[in-house]
Amino acid sequence: MTTTDAPVSPPGRTGRSTGADPSVRRRALAPYFLILGAVLVLLLGMGYPVVWQIVTSFQKYGAMQQLGGKAPDFVGFDNYIAIAQDGTFWAVTFRSVLFCLVTAFVTIVVGVLLALLMTKIHAAARFTLQIALLLAWAMPVIAAMTVFIWLFNRQRGVINYLLSMIPGVDMKGFNWIGTTPLLFFIVASIIIIWMSVPFVAFSAYAGLTQVSGEVLEASQLDGASAVQRFRFIVFPVLKPVIAIVLLLNLIWDLRVFAQITLLQDAGPKSTDYDLLGTYIYKTGVAGLDFGAGAAMSIFVLALTIALSWFYVRSLIKEEGK
Amino acid sequence: MTVTATRTAVEKSAGRVAVSADGSRIPVRRRKLRLGTWLLSILALVIAVIWAFPVYWMVNSSMLSTATLESFTPTFFPVGGSFSNFERVLTPSFFSALAVSVGVTLLSVAVCLTFAFLASIAISRFKFRGRVSFIVTILLIQMLPAEGLFIAQYKMMASFGLLSNVLGLSILYVAAVVPFTIWMLRGFVAGVPAELEEAGMIDGLSRTQAFVRITLPLLAPGLVASGVFAFLQCWNEFTVALVIMENNRTLPLWLRGFVQQSATQAIDWGQVMAASTIVAIPVIIFFVIVQGRMTSGLVAGAVKG
Repeated sequence: MTTTDAPVSPPGRTGRSTGADPSVRRRALAPYFLILGAVLVLLLGMGYPVVWQIVTSFQKYGAMQQLGGKAPDFVGFDNYIAIAQDGTFWAVTFRSVLFCLVTAFVTIVVGVLLALLMTKIHAAARFTLQIALLLAWAMPVIAAMTVFIWLFNRQRGVINYLLSMIPGVDMKGFNWIGTTPLLFFIVASIIIIWMSVPFVAFSAYAGLTQVSGEVLEASQLDGASAVQRFRFIVFPVLKPVIAIVLLLNLIWDLRVFAQITLLQDAGPKSTDYDLLGTYIYKTGVAGLDFGAGAAMSIFVLALTIALSWFYVRSLIKEEGK
Repeated sequence: MTVTATRTAVEKSAGRVAVSADGSRIPVRRRKLRLGTWLLSILALVIAVIWAFPVYWMVNSSMLSTATLESFTPTFFPVGGSFSNFERVLTPSFFSALAVSVGVTLLSVAVCLTFAFLASIAISRFKFRGRVSFIVTILLIQMLPAEGLFIAQYKMMASFGLLSNVLGLSILYVAAVVPFTIWMLRGFVAGVPAELEEAGMIDGLSRTQAFVRITLPLLAPGLVASGVFAFLQCWNEFTVALVIMENNRTLPLWLRGFVQQSATQAIDWGQVMAASTIVAIPVIIFFVIVQGRMTSGLVAGAVKG
């Protein structure tokens, strides 16, 4: 581990001088100066809003506060109790967690399979596949969403056209994003998977290049099966990479906002088509109920921490060594 | 399939290994190996075509006339296409959005890179009280649900008088991007052994000199990689800009405004796709050039402590 290699100050140095050596003291303070800039900007850009959010989650914003600038009243846990009794909120939460788990899981599986595929094909095919993945990875979210809405367009979208070429299938005029919430979220999931698989595939592929070819070869000579080789040689190397990309994808997919908003721009806007991100936005910003919106986002924060708890705990252990 | 069957299949497809005169192993390629590689390569090419198709479709549509796009039969190649959609899209509002995006991105990337670089040195070269909490905090910050925070961020920027302001947006971008940049850079810093610096110090360099002359040059690729990452994050960001920038739009907002504006009439897909192409293509080209270093940095951050 390279984290523990902080240079130890030469032991002989403090032996003679009785007081603390100024250079040693300066060195002790150095890391704090180094992190100062990052800490300050994080306190301002993230810390303050989080504190505001927590405080606001215990407040009630009524008409008086919105119009007359009257300070909001503290209402204790009223906002939390209200969202706990809000059936729509729970439906949205359930949907979000399901959406997040399915999307992140499929992304990881497809990404790792593509990375394994890359190790087994001709260099030219690998290069072509990598370029294709890069195109998707580099696509700005807004541009990607705009294109997909055009691809799924009911009248002139190329997807309906191509599907209708299959004998016996007629998808002309089929409305992908406005028919049922299930279909809407399948489309959203496809778009998000398209955009996030490249990151997973490249990370996993970079991880795979660290697997020793000699060890693989030797184990093969010793009669290890492909499954055994993957489980005992490839997977241990890949595990930390999969852990971090799975965690990041879970987090990104739980708080997905732009994609759902832009899809709603082109389709239905009812709460049946909301995930936590858009529901909080509708409640807190569009609905001006800052207190309820804040309480919901604190809930999402807790949910995120719960999702990533195992990873964070192992990280704390690892760093504490 | 039984284990034995799988093993036989794998041995057949992977070929045997022979030992040459000098003792090194040479894989003996067999016909079946070639066939397997061939089939997998074709599969990879099919996947590549499917994956790249949306990007191709955007560029293709951007060069077709409105009349062509209105047809119920899609036109798969831009034969007889023109750049007139692009001409119609490059209005003064585009150039003002471009200026805002360039300003915000340059400011954010410069500040973010400086802060992240210093912090990554602190956490990978020093042991200090609060180090673990700092690392865990930067990890946790990435998990904050942004859509919950922007109400507060809007209120904060309003009280500073920084709404629709490049500086205000940059502060939020730096705070959002700096944790991941630290995470990436720490992988690179950890990849340069501290022993190299120590050797330099034994040779009479001061700690700072050793760092500047030995470690810094080795970190340059890492700085480029994380700079690019920060650049892409800021350049493509949509949600925070939507809330903060009321009348000073960035390029993503410009693109959305485009779609919204067209939404009141029939959507002019040729124009929309031209606008999307203008926003996406420079980023894609830039990204394709530098991505190799980025990915290795991400993996280094995950694999190395």
